[in-house]
Amino acid sequence: MSTQVPEQVEEESSADAEQQSAAQQSRMEKKRQNAAARESQEQAEAEEKASSEEDTYLLKVFRYDPEVAGKQEPRFDDFHVPYHKGMTVLDALMYARDHYDSSLTFRHSCRQAICGSDAMFVNGRQRLSCKTQLSDLEEPVRVEPLPHQEVVKDLVVDMEHFYDQMEAVEPYFQTNDLPEGEQLQSRENREKIKMSTRCIWCGACMSSCNIAAGDNQYLGPAAINKAYRFTMDEREGEEMKQHRLEILEQEHGVWRCQTQFSCTEVCPKDIPLTEHIQELKREAVKNNLKFW
Amino acid sequence: MSQSYNRGLIEDFGRWREFSAGMWAWIFHKFTGWVLVGYLFTHIAVLSTALTGAAAYTETIQTLESLLVVRLLEVGLLAVAVFHILNGLRLLLVDLGVGLHAQDKSFYASLALTGAIVVASVPTFVAGVF
Ligand code: HEM
Ligand code: SF4
Ligand code: FES
Repeated sequence: MSTQVPEQVEEESSADAEQQSAAQQSRMEKKRQNAAARESQEQAEAEEKASSEEDTYLLKVFRYDPEVAGKQEPRFDDFHVPYHKGMTVLDALMYARDHYDSSLTFRHSCRQAICGSDAMFVNGRQRLSCKTQLSDLEEPVRVEPLPHQEVVKDLVVDMEHFYDQMEAVEPYFQTNDLPEGEQLQSRENREKIKMSTRCIWCGACMSSCNIAAGDNQYLGPAAINKAYRFTMDEREGEEMKQHRLEILEQEHGVWRCQTQFSCTEVCPKDIPLTEHIQELKREAVKNNLKFW
Repeated sequence: MSQSYNRGLIEDFGRWREFSAGMWAWIFHKFTGWVLVGYLFTHIAVLSTALTGAAAYTETIQTLESLLVVRLLEVGLLAVAVFHILNGLRLLLVDLGVGLHAQDKSFYASLALTGAIVVASVPTFVAGVF
């Protein structure tokens, strides 16, 4: 059973204490002594492990599960995770899951900022947990699922809408001209689209955008960036560029962007998203003003 | 999985402490823009009720200008207008794709310059009201 609500370990000893009867007094006395000895030993061990405060990190993790009675109301759980140098938020979550509560649910795969599955809201900002060092964060570290997406369970959000928007811009190379052999790209053109190719579909940008939050039809930064990657690719040809601009020029395309720069700020791949969106706006204007 | 938890929109402005420069610039720009629109209508309304004659007009203006609140509101109006203009220029640069890497700095510059201009204007605005 992986969906159990975690039990509080500390509660067991206090429950024991309540059960004592008069006849058991001496036995309980002995037990108490043992407990005290054990406690001091545990404390020594814990102190050894956490010789300074920095050696454990306190994580406050968002919990929610519609299928478990005790978790239908969202809450935050505390996890004290022993720290080692280089530990990321994802490492800490995995430690918490493996050692404290196996029902703690979150997405991850590559652990090296390339699969894009672990974007989360950490200390008030969209971040890729595997790329976020605990040492860069203030304690307690608050881990929440991405805002503006519906929470399925704990840190897992529904990405369907994000993927729909990505698909809407036809995120694949296409051209109407029949290629003669290899379709080589010029170095300059490759440089131009270089940053836009780095997107890992993590959804951090979309989650940070409050325009996207208020307008479900807005393509969003990642999809527009994806469109930029192909619109600016000279090999697709003029006709295809026209087709791509028509998608972007729609009411819920590039014009929704209000240059808040939130997406650019959070993108773990440092893609200059606002810059790309602005450039496409200018392309769209040029496309419609044909008097020069 | 049929249920999911929707945190709604409350989280947005409840998280203002976490907003960064571009977001603040956006909020201030919208706010100042709408204040300016509001002022424009008030302005037209007030002046058009004072158009019954030269004396009525002079009296209206003199009464208004003798009130400290009005003087303070004028300082506020200047602040709002200056910020809107300066940040409007910043947004123009952003639209042209100029200096996007320094967009946060140009926001802080707009703020600082607005502050300086407003402070410098205070003596002129409140002169003679005390
Ligand atoms: C030199 C003077 C001004 C400049 C440079 C300027 C510039 C701008 C710019 C660039 C925007 C677009 C912001 C965006 O992209 O989101 C804007 C928005 C706005 N401006 Fe101005 N503006 C000026 C004067 C005014 C005045 C006098 C008023 C009021 C009568 C005004 C009211 C507004 C409003 C209400 C908006 C927000 C529109 C919206 O909701 O999108 N502005 N301004
Ligand atoms: S553009 Fe950046 S933040 Fe947005 S999905 Fe791609 S990698 Fe993530
Ligand atoms: S686990 Fe793959 S991007 Fe973080």
